[in-house]
Amino acid sequence: MKNEMTLAFDSRSENEGFARVAVAAFVTQLNPTLEEVADIRTAVSEAVTNAIIHGYPDGIHTVVVRALLSEDTIEVWVTDEGVGMEDIKQAMEPLYTSRPELERSGMGFMFMEAFMDQVEVQSAPGVGTTVYMKKTIRQGEAGQEG
Amino acid sequence: MDMLELHENRLVVRLPAELDHHSTEEIRRKIDDMIRDKIVDELEFDFSQTVFMDSAGIGMLLGRYKMMRALNGQILISHMNGQVQRLLQLSGIRKYIQF
Repeated sequence: MKNEMTLAFDSRSENEGFARVAVAAFVTQLNPTLEEVADIRTAVSEAVTNAIIHGYPDGIHTVVVRALLSEDTIEVWVTDEGVGMEDIKQAMEPLYTSRPELERSGMGFMFMEAFMDQVEVQSAPGVGTTVYMKKTIRQGEAGQEG
Repeated sequence: MDMLELHENRLVVRLPAELDHHSTEEIRRKIDDMIRDKIVDELEFDFSQTVFMDSAGIGMLLGRYKMMRALNGQILISHMNGQVQRLLQLSGIRKYIQF
């Protein structure tokens, strides 16, 4: 069975918590372990924070989070129509930050890659950015629950 | 309960349940105001209420670490849950900060 949801919200930092909690609640249908939920929550938080800070550095615009559940897999797309990136590879390098004045650690993509099975970024200057993430839920399968 | 408690020269920061980009802004401002005003040579981050942290929390800790190092002080962190510990481990920050 496939099950899909889409959230669209203002790029306000208050919504970082809302977005990660919503995706974490949605994925509970796949019966993940607490650790898997924590991984997804962290990865979504990183992608949404990037959209808010880097995608829309000026003003409040819309961030869209789409999640698709199919069998034992969750896929998440976090999209902004903001400034976009010239150099995706550089942005994904550990410890790189385009905004050191914000005291960013430069570890956002590192955590997304550590906690999800797959992370892909599409971006173009002036068009925006989509971060795609995929994770297979391995624990808590129906068979184990009886 | 106040987020910050100063005992002699030791500043204890009780971190909130969710430590993300949104919440770190205010915490950073409060700590930095206190460090500017008072003599602090030990900065302790108490994670006992914290159930969630992301890379924004790491950035905040690293920034305060640099600040305390410049003041010849130290920083320590306590009462982390499993999720927070995993993130600290992955970040490599343990080289600099006492647990």
